Amino acid sequence: MKNIIKSVVAMVTVFIAFTSCNNASKSNSKSGALASNIAEKVYVAPGEYDEFYAFLSGGYSGNLTVYGLPSGRMFKEIPVFSQFPTSGYGYSEETKPMLNTSHGFIPWGDSHHPDISQTNGEIDGRFIFINENNTPRIAKIDLKTFETTEIIEVPNSAGNHSSSFVTENTEYVVAGTRFSVPIPQRDMPIKDYKGNFKGALSFISVAPETGDMAIKFQVLMPGFNYDLSHPGRGKSHGWFFFTTYNTEEANTLLEVNASQNDKDFIAAINWKKIEEYVNNGGGTMMPTDYAHNVYDEHTHTATSTMIKEVRVVNPSEVPGAVFFLPTPKSPHGCDVDPSGEYIVGNGKLSANLTVHSFTKMLAAIEGKKFAGEAYGIPILNFEDVLAGVVNQPGLGPLHTEFDDKGNAYTTFFISSEVVKWKLGTWEVIDRKPTYYSVGHLTIPGGNSRKPQGKYMFAMNKITKDRYLPTGPEMEHSAQLYDISGEKMELLLDFPTHGEPHYAAAMRADIIKENSQKIYNLADNKHPYAAKSDGDTKVVRDGSNVHIYMTTIRSHFSPDNIEGIKLGDKVYFHVTNLEQDFDVPHGFAVLGQNTSELLIMPGQTKTSVWEPTKVGVWPFYCTDFCSALHQEMQGYIRVSPANSDTPIKWSMGEDIE
Amino acid sequence: MKTAKKLFFLFACVSLFYACKNENQEASSENSVADTEVKEPADNKGQAFITDDQGTPNCLQIAISSPDHKTLVAAVQAAQVENALVNVGPLTVFAPTDAAFAALPAGTVENLLKPENKDVLANILKYHVTPGNLNTSILTKLPKLGQANNQYVDIEIVDGKPMIGGANILISIRAGNGIVHVIDKVLLPPPPTGESE
Repeated sequence: MKNIIKSVVAMVTVFIAFTSCNNASKSNSKSGALASNIAEKVYVAPGEYDEFYAFLSGGYSGNLTVYGLPSGRMFKEIPVFSQFPTSGYGYSEETKPMLNTSHGFIPWGDSHHPDISQTNGEIDGRFIFINENNTPRIAKIDLKTFETTEIIEVPNSAGNHSSSFVTENTEYVVAGTRFSVPIPQRDMPIKDYKGNFKGALSFISVAPETGDMAIKFQVLMPGFNYDLSHPGRGKSHGWFFFTTYNTEEANTLLEVNASQNDKDFIAAINWKKIEEYVNNGGGTMMPTDYAHNVYDEHTHTATSTMIKEVRVVNPSEVPGAVFFLPTPKSPHGCDVDPSGEYIVGNGKLSANLTVHSFTKMLAAIEGKKFAGEAYGIPILNFEDVLAGVVNQPGLGPLHTEFDDKGNAYTTFFISSEVVKWKLGTWEVIDRKPTYYSVGHLTIPGGNSRKPQGKYMFAMNKITKDRYLPTGPEMEHSAQLYDISGEKMELLLDFPTHGEPHYAAAMRADIIKENSQKIYNLADNKHPYAAKSDGDTKVVRDGSNVHIYMTTIRSHFSPDNIEGIKLGDKVYFHVTNLEQDFDVPHGFAVLGQNTSELLIMPGQTKTSVWEPTKVGVWPFYCTDFCSALHQEMQGYIRVSPANSDTPIKWSMGEDIE
Repeated sequence: MKTAKKLFFLFACVSLFYACKNENQEASSENSVADTEVKEPADNKGQAFITDDQGTPNCLQIAISSPDHKTLVAAVQAAQVENALVNVGPLTVFAPTDAAFAALPAGTVENLLKPENKDVLANILKYHVTPGNLNTSILTKLPKLGQANNQYVDIEIVDGKPMIGGANILISIRAGNGIVHVIDKVLLPPPPTGESE
């Protein structure tokens, strides 16, 4: 036994020695010219700007975070699908409707794939779209204000994962279902999944001028799992590609049962053809129920409308519009190169990458060379559509992005690395480790005809020892690489917020120039706005009390309020009269059981307070607004329910 | 013990080989085999090198701590696939015993451990890994497994127990990142259909 222990110890020692040798050059390189060169590459001097914006999804935080590259600094967290006490989003009366769904008010979400709007195949920086996976929704964020301005629920969907990718003129933002479900939803045995459940692929039109979203049609596909998607571009514009797994149609222990087929499919959808069919009255209006929430930046208020029907199309109605491309082993990522020719399917249980050719696909369709069909949808021959295979580049391929020089970059989850390979020759050019278990990666300008190159960042699922430990839960790590040379160079580690599932990034110039500084007070059409101190008032309406309040450095008006009774519902409608960039005011009252408010210059926001105790309660500004911020306070008197204290208010003088 | 010594020697050579590859490596590393005080470098090198005595051991740690898997561990290190075994996975690792390796034709292991055969060795080792957390009862329900080297291994049910590519499962150990099935035979992949990297 002793010998064995000794030998184990010796082995471990050798092991450590071995690994230390192997990595010594790396640690040694920390000092010296090379290291300082890397530091310079990510250093953005105080007061200087980053070259790129990066928008990282917050995963289960439901939000979107804004970073600068190459510095890796976080600038903002934009609330999208989740209540956000920092600004009162989802708590204020104006923003609560944004989180309305057919399942009622849902205060959180699981945000996954941001994608920036495009014009002529190039990202234009107008809007960014992001999907909510859990209670299927698609949100639009206006990059002028960095505010969520529209959320549309996706009916007939479940696990809204192959979303929210935009076509090259932002004709559509597309949302595919990961989980197939009964359509329409009904009470039925789970074991009858196979053949009965369906997967809805939703095409949400985006109005060119306003960006307004509407579900144009849903394609009802067989009950597979539609995992990820990307639009065709250039020559393949008009098509959309979705990876599928669980073509076995298993409904239990999918980790085993959905991995039995050697090949699943990439579904190729000719959306232009279906659009034409729909424009000519094709498809069926199906009764359903979904919320469409729109934020009006003039009333500073969101409205939620329930829509009762959706247009659905069965693939069999439009022959020649839907095909299956066999793709090995549960393909996850579905990525289309900038030219639109290559469709990369990353079989996450395969060690190889499969690349399909759009040209070959068209030829096979033209020649009607089918290997069979699934639920009436023609299956093409694998060999007929295959452009090439990247052989064993790593373990667990997930996602691929492209640079502007004909190279592709694929993440490998199990072997924790990014592999650079060449389109057309399929040769591996370089590989770099990630720390650890990388999911998505992003290259600025990705998902467009013109990637902007220069940097790539990998978003990892596992952090472990990358930063000072913070207990069992760590923020996920991201790594920034310089991809301007032949070999990738690791520049920077930076922590992210929530789960940085995927990200969109682009050069900063367009967004920077368009970024709005204030809301014009004169344009404020909020029904409870007080546009000057003279407009302020307190109005009782039964047990509801509406306080028309203003803020300006450094006081509230009114700041003394009496006549509130226990049982009242008090609406603080706070208008920020400031017209000065970056001077928001906050509002909080003791015992406020929603959230504070953060009110931008020119905005009106409303917080409801239902006092539970008799007394005189202070309210104050939560945002350090000015030198006299601490003086920015007031009192509100709450009397017993049966008292006859009259409604009165004042500012600058006592209530008599 | 002789074989183990031989292995250590081989391994030390491998270490040196890699040390030579790194220009910055100082000659002193050749002492490291005997030096029990060697510290991990300050830099991070991957999950295989994180100290964690709180969690359930992962597949690699189980193999390292096993008295019956010295050859396997040496092979894993020679092929530099450590980080693939400590990943969050989940992984099912089929771990042939030393006796299983010893049953291979004489000289096979020594030959595979040579640096120039690193890819061949890595391919064999990856043929012992399945993505997924598959316990014995699940294995009895599957006809074949898709392995990490992109090839399949067949499962046969003999006396109600799964045989993996002709190997018996001797014992199964739950790992922090999956499961290790100790097997009595080395799985040799069929001739590859595609080109190896």
